[in-house]
Amino acid sequence: MGCVAVRKNNRSKMALSGGADRGSHSMDKSITLPPDEIFRNLENAKRFAIDIGGSLTKLAYYSTVQHKVAKVRSFDHSAKVSLQETDGDPLYEISVQEEITARLHFIKFENAYIETCLDFIKDHLVNTETKVIKATGGGAHKFKDLIEKKLKLKVDKEDEMTCLIKGCNFVLKNIPHEAFVYAKHADSEFRFQNTHPDIFPYLLINIGSGVSIVKVESEDKFERIGGSSIGGGTFWGLGALLTKTKRFDELLQLASKGQHTNVDMLVKDIYGGAYGSLGLTGDLIASSFGKSATTDKEFSKEDMAKSLLHMISNDIGQLACLYAKLHNLTRVYFGGFFIRGHPVTMHTITYSINFFTKGEVQALFLRHEGYLGAIGAFLKGAEEDNPNQYSWGENYAGSSGLMSVSPELNPVQRARSGTFDMLEMDRLERQLVNLPLLQDPTSYIPDTVDLTEDALSRDYWLFCFEDALDGVVKRAVASQKDQPKAVERAEKFRQKYCHKLQTLRHQPFAYGSLTVRSLLDTREHCLNEFNFPDPYSKIKQKENDMALKYYLKVVKSVEELSWEQRQFTLVKGLLAGNVFDWGAKAVSDVLESDPDFGFEQAKQQLQERPWLVDAYNQWIERMKGPPHKCALFFVDNSGIDIILGVFPFIRELLIRGTEVVLASNSSPALNDVTNSELQILTERIAAMDPVIQAALKEDRLALVQNGSSSPCLDLSRLDKVLATVVRERGTDLVIIEGMGRAIHTNYYAMFSCESLKLAVIKNSWLAERLGGKIFSVVFKYEVPPKS
Amino acid sequence: MELNGFNCDGEGCAEEQEEESTALKLPRSKTDTTCSIIATPGADSAAAGGSAPKEQRMSKSTPAMLRLDSLKKNRPPFPWFGMDIGGTLVKLVYFEPKDITAEEEQEEVESLKSIRHYLTSHTAYGKTGIRDVHLELTDLSLWGRKGSLHFIRFPTHELPTFIQMGRDKHFSSLHTTLCATGGGAFKYEENFRTMANLQLLKLDELDCLVKGVLYIDSVVSSGLSECYYFEHPTEPDRCEQKAYNLENPYPLLLVNIGSGVSILAVYSKDNYKRVTGTSLGGGTFLGLCCLLTGCSTFEEALAMATEGESTRVDKLVRDIYGGDYERFGLPGWAVASSFGNMICKEKRDSVSKEDLARATLITITNNIGSITRMCALNENIERVVFVGNFLRVNTLSMKLLAYALDYWSKGQLKALFLRHEGYFGAVGALLELTNPS
Repeated sequence: MGCVAVRKNNRSKMALSGGADRGSHSMDKSITLPPDEIFRNLENAKRFAIDIGGSLTKLAYYSTVQHKVAKVRSFDHSAKVSLQETDGDPLYEISVQEEITARLHFIKFENAYIETCLDFIKDHLVNTETKVIKATGGGAHKFKDLIEKKLKLKVDKEDEMTCLIKGCNFVLKNIPHEAFVYAKHADSEFRFQNTHPDIFPYLLINIGSGVSIVKVESEDKFERIGGSSIGGGTFWGLGALLTKTKRFDELLQLASKGQHTNVDMLVKDIYGGAYGSLGLTGDLIASSFGKSATTDKEFSKEDMAKSLLHMISNDIGQLACLYAKLHNLTRVYFGGFFIRGHPVTMHTITYSINFFTKGEVQALFLRHEGYLGAIGAFLKGAEEDNPNQYSWGENYAGSSGLMSVSPELNPVQRARSGTFDMLEMDRLERQLVNLPLLQDPTSYIPDTVDLTEDALSRDYWLFCFEDALDGVVKRAVASQKDQPKAVERAEKFRQKYCHKLQTLRHQPFAYGSLTVRSLLDTREHCLNEFNFPDPYSKIKQKENDMALKYYLKVVKSVEELSWEQRQFTLVKGLLAGNVFDWGAKAVSDVLESDPDFGFEQAKQQLQERPWLVDAYNQWIERMKGPPHKCALFFVDNSGIDIILGVFPFIRELLIRGTEVVLASNSSPALNDVTNSELQILTERIAAMDPVIQAALKEDRLALVQNGSSSPCLDLSRLDKVLATVVRERGTDLVIIEGMGRAIHTNYYAMFSCESLKLAVIKNSWLAERLGGKIFSVVFKYEVPPKS
Repeated sequence: MELNGFNCDGEGCAEEQEEESTALKLPRSKTDTTCSIIATPGADSAAAGGSAPKEQRMSKSTPAMLRLDSLKKNRPPFPWFGMDIGGTLVKLVYFEPKDITAEEEQEEVESLKSIRHYLTSHTAYGKTGIRDVHLELTDLSLWGRKGSLHFIRFPTHELPTFIQMGRDKHFSSLHTTLCATGGGAFKYEENFRTMANLQLLKLDELDCLVKGVLYIDSVVSSGLSECYYFEHPTEPDRCEQKAYNLENPYPLLLVNIGSGVSILAVYSKDNYKRVTGTSLGGGTFLGLCCLLTGCSTFEEALAMATEGESTRVDKLVRDIYGGDYERFGLPGWAVASSFGNMICKEKRDSVSKEDLARATLITITNNIGSITRMCALNENIERVVFVGNFLRVNTLSMKLLAYALDYWSKGQLKALFLRHEGYFGAVGALLELTNPS
């Protein structure tokens, strides 16, 4: 397939470089910023906020995005229950509707472009009721008049520190993998941290021109507990004096090339070696710039810059540790322009923290550190919309990712993506919380393999997703044959996703840990971006329709079996059903070419026991015992999987006296069954099957949505309602089905109750990695250790 | 520095040379039988092998008998030195016995006598060696002898000259232990042995520092108070130096500001720990000043700092907020960013060398104050004693430290200073003379 390098931002970059030349106003007129690329959705933008720093401006606004969503609507079957088997009568109708969701836009650009950008915004801002713009940052004052004149908005200044903390709380709560540890020499320089269920308390060390040390205890409670005058301004100011180098970036460049040992007096310069009795190694700096005090020679700019960098980083690190110790805090985040994505300073700060705390405290950095002030200012201005009562999600399609404009990293990349960096966040319809059944929510990691750290797997999966792109594009077009510009939009989708894959090849850390889940989610975001909300809707509909016809037959055949045989057949049915997965290329190829491939064929494809992971015997032993109170089942695919695999299986559970909660996706992803589809399917099955009907009626069978639209499953971000239901019903069994939810994610998840993870490995590469072949079976039954 | 005196100028020169020549001659004539191993040039090189000290101890003579006598009284033989070889400066303390009897005087070996005369009759040695006369402790009793304790310093880079002098003055013939501490005791041990046939007794610098502080404080409590503080540190007009009685010193935070900084928590005579340290110390002040202003000595740098105005260099809270940053209780005069104004070219062009020196001094001093305050809080200690040569003739820094500690701790912390600033390590080393282990 042709994954052509797409230079989306060329246009905007060229246009803006003209704008940067402030003298030429005629140039300004000619600027055409593509609104869909940088300042998007300005038509209905409101609640502006701006954070103007020493060199970068960060703009924030709120918009509503109109996009298409696929809806399913049940036909009225009440009158024709008896007609259920009528051929050609579709089960439900699919319609595409317009839906409006809220989106937050954050754009970062160099101060040089500020006037051009304001002009652009003014021209594109229509019918907004916005009257004020919240402003923060040191430059807010300087540009106040310009902003008021251009935008006709009143500038309303907000306290810098308050904004910073508000922004920090927001990203920590809403963006998984926001925080990371930096390890220069590790395989992956960035080690992303899990979102801790409780983000408080923490320490924020903001290294601007000086240093502020802030202790944050809750959403509204924070205190500046200390600071230092030796900060970024000291590095810059002293550096400029010592090296005659003016720019901060250039100073960092110099420093990265220097040898501090030429300027600093080391322990070994005094001792001849280590100061053993104190455990001070010879290479430690005893006196910064100590050699320039005793030796009469010229020192290179690089060496002096390096020495200065170490001096300042060590000093800040030491103070941070002293404050962390005094206040007994272990989570310490660093931000400010001194840090802002610079590998050099992240490294020296990390080194310093490791040294002074002997590894007890880790220096944490934030992916969106540069946006904190703007986000906070925005939140201040949007208080009446109460953004904090919702959950928000990073939109991978509209966000640039970490280091998109870092000068140190890949200069070619930088030139391509221009000087604009974006973050977009979508308001999620549901509030997301942890699954209450996780054994330890603080150590829970959804993803099984971190592709950021595993280069081999990374290469494979990036290739895999690239390889599958043609098929996805085709499917997308096919799903909207009668829709306007479907081919054109699908092509745009291809370019966008292709570009994302390329970015991820160079910067696997761009959106946090790279995982199969994030690759899948990014694809879903990109599809949505170009109004392909549910490319599989028709396939799902067809398959659901067909599978329903076989439901009674399957149930009846199972009922005739002995207890032992029945249990095995039900499990095998569950596994065979899981073979029908359009997300797996091996399967979608088969399904595409052989329309007759059915449930029985799938059963034959399955691996014979013993399975790759085989805990079937333990499971059967358990099934001989007392019934579970309540089982929570995270379902996977539409069609045969849910209807002929899952339903007969949970039917057995219901008969045993176990309540069942079926958790399905809130919005579409691949051919996964969505909550609204499942509602209809369940109704139809209930109409045929008195067991299901009774269970529904008696509320022993409940359908809930999981709050997600991903083919994978993050148990730390689930619908709040689901969590409540799980808790209320005393759930004591979690069942997770499918590759996406039980292999790519949650394979190692530990629960406080019994759990069953089952999947068919429909990818030969992955099967091989796990020591098996394609269509290997994973049947993992786990019981938590008795406490 | 040229301690051997050949390069010294002024009146003392002729006298010096005379003394020097006798010193050179006399041992040779006297030590035919006694110290031949080290006196003859041939043996000099043999001594480098390392077995010499043992043989030395076995050789005896009349003066040596006397020295043995001294040992019997549990008293080390003269001369009594303590040395602290730091990163920038060598600190030397020398005990001059003033109760020398006529008999002793006569028996005193010439080399010993010449060392004594040389050290006590001068206040400057060569170009860079200095005796801090004002610190001299007179009428001191040490191990049953009465005398004066002299305080001498010279730059570490002159150490080879010093060792050379030790060799020229046949220091090794005196069979004394040379107690040395500081990193240089380790780094230059080999040089002492090969160049001057001198065996060092290497001592831990922090052990020595603590011992030295406690000792000096105990012996001078009768006279001019060793310890002092600044009263009303936050009011420049009323701020004045006051004696402080360090009778019950524990627990104590001891901050030693040399080239770098070490911070110790001292709980009792024998119980202390190094809490932390920072590389931003006296060496950083001087190093940065040299680079920024082209000066070359601590005194020059300090003189410039006294003249300068740091607020032209630093960015203050009021430069950013127009006044106090009330939300966080930051006064407008507080430094928000050290050297923060220097990111701007016009301001870089308008500051003087004096301003830069002043800003450097303020930056380093404030930072030490800040780290010290945090350590004091973490260790729960309220009294802080600052020592080290960074504070020598540096009232500016001392007052600033006193101010910073008082202000930011809201009067909880007290900054104390000691008159013998940088010499405690050397004193501690001297005290180890009776502990040859």
